[in-house]
Amino acid sequence: MQGKNLPPRIFSPAPSPKVSLSLNSPLLEAVALACERDWRMLFERLELRLAAGEMLQISGPNGSGKTSLLRLLAGLMQPTAGDVLLNGQPLAKQRAELARNLLWIGHAAGIKGLLTAEENLIWLCALHQPASRDAIWQALEQVGLRGFEDVPCHTLSAGQQRRVALARLYLAAPPLWILDEPFTALDKAGVAQLERHLAQHCENGGMVVLTTHHTLANTPDGYRELDLGQQQP
Amino acid sequence: MSNVFTLLVAREARLLFRRPAELANPLVFFAIVIALFPLAVGPESQLLQTLSPGLIWVAALLAVLLSLDGMFRSDFEDGSLEQWVLSSHPLALLVLAKVLAHWLFSGLALVLLAPLLALMLGLPGHCIPVLLMTLLLGTPVLSLLGAVGAALTVGLKRGGLLLALLILPLYIPVLILGSGALQASLQGLPVVGYLLWMASLAALAVTLTPFATAAGLAISVGE
Repeated sequence: MQGKNLPPRIFSPAPSPKVSLSLNSPLLEAVALACERDWRMLFERLELRLAAGEMLQISGPNGSGKTSLLRLLAGLMQPTAGDVLLNGQPLAKQRAELARNLLWIGHAAGIKGLLTAEENLIWLCALHQPASRDAIWQALEQVGLRGFEDVPCHTLSAGQQRRVALARLYLAAPPLWILDEPFTALDKAGVAQLERHLAQHCENGGMVVLTTHHTLANTPDGYRELDLGQQQP
Repeated sequence: MSNVFTLLVAREARLLFRRPAELANPLVFFAIVIALFPLAVGPESQLLQTLSPGLIWVAALLAVLLSLDGMFRSDFEDGSLEQWVLSSHPLALLVLAKVLAHWLFSGLALVLLAPLLALMLGLPGHCIPVLLMTLLLGTPVLSLLGAVGAALTVGLKRGGLLLALLILPLYIPVLILGSGALQASLQGLPVVGYLLWMASLAALAVTLTPFATAAGLAISVGE
């Protein structure tokens, strides 16, 4: 609470001369956002903007509120103070618009161990973005799960289960991706492939917000990092 | 939209049949509770017959309660509920599909098992259709009301007891009407009034509780 008189922190776009994207109207904005958990202020007066083509990596020590910030941005949690705006409008007023634009993969990715990779994806696609069976098989092949389509997910390794969830990124995906620790349990090749895919998505005009502790080797032009560790009063 | 509804029912069916113990537990519980009463009260058939409407209904109610705690738990833990909340489909519709699947595979099995246990307690054969009707109308109400409590307590570590405390008082009208109808039919009195009341409770529960459950889930996910 001591930070009340500090000026708001504004995270300006990466100082790359090529990027002028965030001058466009930002799709996702946080205004004076504060989050309190169990009577502890995780962050306050946080401002951020995310426009087409940008990638925001949220870093910080454990317990600094990375996941909470992602959940606030995805509209899963209500902020203690401040607002999250989508196209300039508060998130709460446009759930349908948000559902159309957002792909959320949380720390628990919504994959059922008892269902096969294919069944899991068919359901998640039906819930969000309809996709054909062929597209699903293709996506599974792209994440290196060819031959594992009809194996129950609980028999797969942790990394393979993560890949099932990440296969959604290879289907016809909405523009804004919010990913909580997407690199967990992936092998080196998987990490490199996902980094390239995320950068590609941004270069195609998409947006990515992610948390990870590892340093990204492959970043798009609109890449920024937000360190929540420096936010704490 | 109806596509998602049927897909969700099919998905729940698949999940339940791959984990049959979860399906069988409430049924076995129901059968054992009923079987305990002749042992405890004594095999005097007149007394058992008089008690049987209440016994069957209390046992059914407890069996449904037992199955409720797990209704949303695994979906909560593996992140499925977050995906539901963020989906463009109305959460209440998804909830209704989930509860319908839950009832189809636990409540309906209970309804089918009940006549056997009722005969064991000495309930005369002419009361069996009434028993089936009351259970068919009553158990969906139990599942639907229970889902509201399950949604509110899913985020708690030990929500089981709290769930029982929240939900059991709400079950009282169903219990009174269900066992009342059976008592009336035992005594040869008309039961249509009871059944109509139960049907109206069922209609109310189907139309209103999915919204309450959806709101409860949104709160639990947002914690």
